[in-house]
This record gives sequence, C-alpha cells and structure tokens, in this order.
Amino acid sequence: MTGNRTPEPRLRADNLTLCYDRRTVATGLGVDIPDHSFTVIVGPNACGKSTLLKALARMLRPKAGEVRLDGAAIASYRTREVARRLGLLPQSSTAPGGITVGDLVARGRYPHQRLLKQWSAEDETAVVEAMRRTGVLDLSDRPVDDLSGGQRQRVWLAMVLAQQTPVLLLDEPTTFLDIAHQIEVLDLCAELHARQGHTVVAVLHDLNQACRYATHLVVMRAGGTVAAVGNPADVMTAELVQDVFGLPCRIIDDPETGTPLMVPAAPRRPAPDDTDGRSPAAAGLPAARR
Amino acid sequence: MSPVHRADVTAAPPAPGKTPAPRVVSGLVVRTRGAGLSLRVPGRSVAVGTVLLAVLIVLMGVSLTTGDFELSVTEVVQALTGSGSPGADFIVNTLRMPRLVTGVCVGAALAVSGGILQSLTGNALGSPDVIGFTNGSAVGALTVIIVLHGSMTQIAIGALIGGLATAAAVTLLIAGRGLQGFRLVVIGIGVSALLLAVNSYLITRATFQEALEAQAWLLGSLNNRGWSQANAIGIAVLVLLPVAFLLARRLAMVEMGDLTATALGVGVARTRTLLLVVCVALAAFATAVAGPIWFIALAAPQVARRLTRSSTPALVPTALMGAVLLTASDLAVQRLFTDALLPVGAATGTIGGLYLIWLLVTESRKSRA
Repeated sequence: MTGNRTPEPRLRADNLTLCYDRRTVATGLGVDIPDHSFTVIVGPNACGKSTLLKALARMLRPKAGEVRLDGAAIASYRTREVARRLGLLPQSSTAPGGITVGDLVARGRYPHQRLLKQWSAEDETAVVEAMRRTGVLDLSDRPVDDLSGGQRQRVWLAMVLAQQTPVLLLDEPTTFLDIAHQIEVLDLCAELHARQGHTVVAVLHDLNQACRYATHLVVMRAGGTVAAVGNPADVMTAELVQDVFGLPCRIIDDPETGTPLMVPAAPRRPAPDDTDGRSPAAAGLPAARR
Repeated sequence: MSPVHRADVTAAPPAPGKTPAPRVVSGLVVRTRGAGLSLRVPGRSVAVGTVLLAVLIVLMGVSLTTGDFELSVTEVVQALTGSGSPGADFIVNTLRMPRLVTGVCVGAALAVSGGILQSLTGNALGSPDVIGFTNGSAVGALTVIIVLHGSMTQIAIGALIGGLATAAAVTLLIAGRGLQGFRLVVIGIGVSALLLAVNSYLITRATFQEALEAQAWLLGSLNNRGWSQANAIGIAVLVLLPVAFLLARRLAMVEMGDLTATALGVGVARTRTLLLVVCVALAAFATAVAGPIWFIALAAPQVARRLTRSSTPALVPTALMGAVLLTASDLAVQRLFTDALLPVGAATGTIGGLYLIWLLVTESRKSRA
C-alpha cells in the first residue's frame, strides 16, 4: 500500500511508532494520503486514529518513523511554514471570551502575517471568502459565545479555511453536532474537496458517513494498525466490520448515493413470550410495559 | 462511485457585483499604499488606554503637589527641571518623585505579570501572588532580614532570588507535562502554602526588632522608597514590558489551546517559556522593591480586559491600569490615613479582596447558569 513506484504524495506517514508517555499507541504505521482526496480515517475507539491525525499535523512527535510533507520530514519545517501548507481543526479549541466571529476567523491568517503586516488586502479577501463559503459572513459581528454548536463549528472551519492551506486535517469535525449539522459540515468538507481541490483528511466515527463522503478510506483496528485502505466501495465488507469492530452486520447500497451502507445485525435474543415473536409495535400494540 | 455532494446548501454564492467587501474584523485597519505595512488598531483599547493615561497623569500631579507641604504645579515643574527652590527640590525630587516612580512601575509590572499568567493558565486565579512567586520572594527577603541582617538593597536581592527560585521550582514540578493552566495554579497554591509556613517559622526565630522589620516588609509598602529602588524597577520595566507587548499577539494565539495555536504556526513551547520568564522577572523585581503588594496582579488585567472588551490580552491598558490602581491606592493611604502611615499593601489588599469576592461570586453564577 505504500508502494514506491507511485510518486510520493504530499502527505505521508512512514513507519510511525506513536506513544503517549510510555503507552504505545501504534507501531509501524504507514499511511499515504492521496493528493486531492477526501480521506476518512475510521476505526474503533482508542485505535489511534486521532493520534495518527495528530502525528500528521506534527502535534505529536513519533518515537520512530517520520511524517513527510511535500517531500521532506515535517519536523524539518519551521512551524509557521507547516501552517501555510497544512491546516488542522482539532477536536476542541477555546474561543477567547467575547471574540467576534470575524476576529476569530481572521486569526486563521496568523501564519501569513507579520508584526507590521497585520491585515493585508489578501488577508481580508481570504477571510471574507472563507466566511462566505461556510455561510458565516452575516455573523461576523456576533460574539462566538452566542452561537449554536453548528454555527460555531462552521466558524472554526472558516478559520482553518482562511489559513488557505492545500491540505486540511479535521479531527472528528462532527462530534457534538446533531445529525443535520453533521451532514451540513460534511457537505461543506465535500464541497471544499470537490471544488477547491483541497486534500481533506478527517477522522469520523460514523461508518456510513465515512463511506458516503470519503474518496479514500483508511480503516484502522485496535492496536494502531491499518486494516484496509482504498475506495469505500471496494474496502467496505461485512467481514471487515466483523474483524475490526467485532460487529456482525450487512452491507447494502445506500439508496441515496449507492455507496456502501452498513446495517448492524439485529441481536438474536429469545423472543418475549407475550408478543409471540413480534415486537409490540409490529403487533399494533401500545408500547409494552415492563 | 463518487458520493453525491449537495454543494450549495451552506455556502452563499460569491456575489461578483459586491466588490467592496464587508468589514469583518473589529478595530481600525491602517494600511500604507504599497501594502508593505498594515496594522489593526483596536479602537476601544486605544480609547481606554488614553483615558487611563490621563487619569495616571492627574494622579501623579496630585501626588506631587499635595501632602504636608502643598506645592503649585509651577513649583513642581520648576523642581523637576532643576530650577526650583531648594525646599521644593527636596520635597519633589527626594521625597515624592522616587516613591511615585516606584509605585507606577511596580503597579505596571505586577499588572502585566498577572495578565500574562492569567492568559497562559486560562485561569483568573493564575496570578503571581496566588501561585507562590510572591511568598517565595518573601522567604528570600525574610531570610536576609532575620538570618543575615542585610541592608535594604540586600533584602531586595534576597526577594528577587527567592521569587525566581520559587518560579523555577514550580516549573520543575510541572515539567514534562506542559505548562497547563489548572495544574500550574493548583501546584502553585500548594507551594505558596508551604512557603507561607517557612515564613512563619522564620518570624518565630526572630528577635522582636527583626520581627517588626519583617512584618513591615511583608505588608508591602512604598514608604521611604528612594531612587535606588525607583531605578531598579524602572530599568526592569523598560526592558521587560516591551518584550511582553511584542509577545502579546502570540499570547493571544496560545489562549486558543496548544493544538490550535501550533496549527496556526505558533511555536507554543517557546512562547510559553519566554512569557513565563518575563512574567516571573516582572513579579520578582516588583516584589523586591516594594514587598508583596497583593491583588494588583490579580485585579488589574481583569478590569482592563472588561473595560476594553478585548478578545486579546490587552497588555498595554493592563499596565496602565496597574499603575493607576497602585498610584491611587498609595495616594489614598498617604492622604486619607495621614497619621496611620498605612502601607499601600493594606489598601490594595482591601480593594483586591472585595474584587476577588465579587469575581468568584459572579463566575460561579455564570458557571451555574
């Protein structure tokens, strides 16, 4: 999968050993992020998918191996230089108290600014464009504290977009959002990928969302190894889900998109006596009292 | 199989006719024609800073002209320019001016030190007097007073060493874990309590005279401060404050969390270390010349930030606020309690204590809401 025949992609994890303190999360982890792909990393809890993303964003120094960005070790760049090539939306960030939406998005321009070059015309264009694309331009004077969770996530996304990096890393961008806002954020990411040619890498929890939006799927299993990579339609099988998550399931076609849709198998419990094998709802009965 | 993208749901299409882009950031934007220079000027912070500066100048004028011997503004100006009467010259240049300069500089130093630490820790209690730096200075000073029987200058040096050593110890205790806010505050409070015990022990070993001297130092005072103190803190402030002001932009980024700040190209570890050094040095110098003056470091940054409604640590208004608070407190103890020779620490302690209660009450209400 990390064949040497293809030209090196912009972003690649090469034989990483990742540790927190003394706990080893992954060893020998190698992942290529295809250029201009929408790569989604999935896997069970604590399999190291967020850790991998952190390493890709140079937030975690690998014990062994290296992350390579544009043909050189990411550690060899100045951090400001990385920030011009690669943006990260962490799981949680703190908005300074009382900051307005416009001011927060403007902070995404930091890697392009200097002490005496604090707000150039390019900065302004980039910020307005990022806010337009995420639909938060009308909110620019509002304090971030007043926004709903979905709006706030779009503001953070706008900040990362204002950074104008060709590569975007998103760590569980849909957590804490209701389903409508999850889809909204994912649609936005898909649009960025499709229209702007950004390389987008996201860690997601929901397999079906991953299959719907990803052009490239990285499935990790517990212990920090890669179980499968590739197009979701080729990769996603019931055997893989059983193997990685220990969950029996069926894979069917998503009626909306034709992408793989994972349906968990119903547990085979002995049927309750009084409904004769049918659920109360199916039997047309009011919800059963226990 | 490529997924279906419902593209234009969220993004408003760019309107090509709407060329003058709406103003998205707060404050004034100043740009030179060639775009080589562009600055964002936070209007409200500039206004607050100007008002504070005016208040400070008035306070300084009142401090210099009033007192046991009333002087006119003309007499003060003549004395300052070296053409005053010998009496006015003595009162202004030997008695009042060094005390005033010390007060202004100590106030500014403490306020900026507190502002940096509160911002680094993300905690309103992250202030050098709460997390033990001040008690560390006290250990140094009391050791010089009680054990070594040193001079005023030696006491100041002792306080400086004590403060810096405490900061180093606290930093070592949290080393390897990053300077995370809550941890720093909790460990600092523990160290502070420990050092307080050391101070109490030192006082029990002292003679009556030494204990009096120690107690006088512990209250924090600007009484009898001469040019040696004024110069020491003046130089410290002239060197350290500009460094702090230059690092303020990075400090604002670090407030968003280490990951976000790093992702935006800030060298977080280096920024934190630099700022912590500046913060500790400011607090140590201030405590060395004036003794522990409580609550300026805690209150000034909070008040300044509320007044400016700034989303960044407004360090310049913070410095001015600290100078105003301390100068006003000192003026109050000098003129309102003339006979008591009340140390300024008593005034700031009272004001600061009330402020802290108010802060804790409102914060807890906010978190419950």
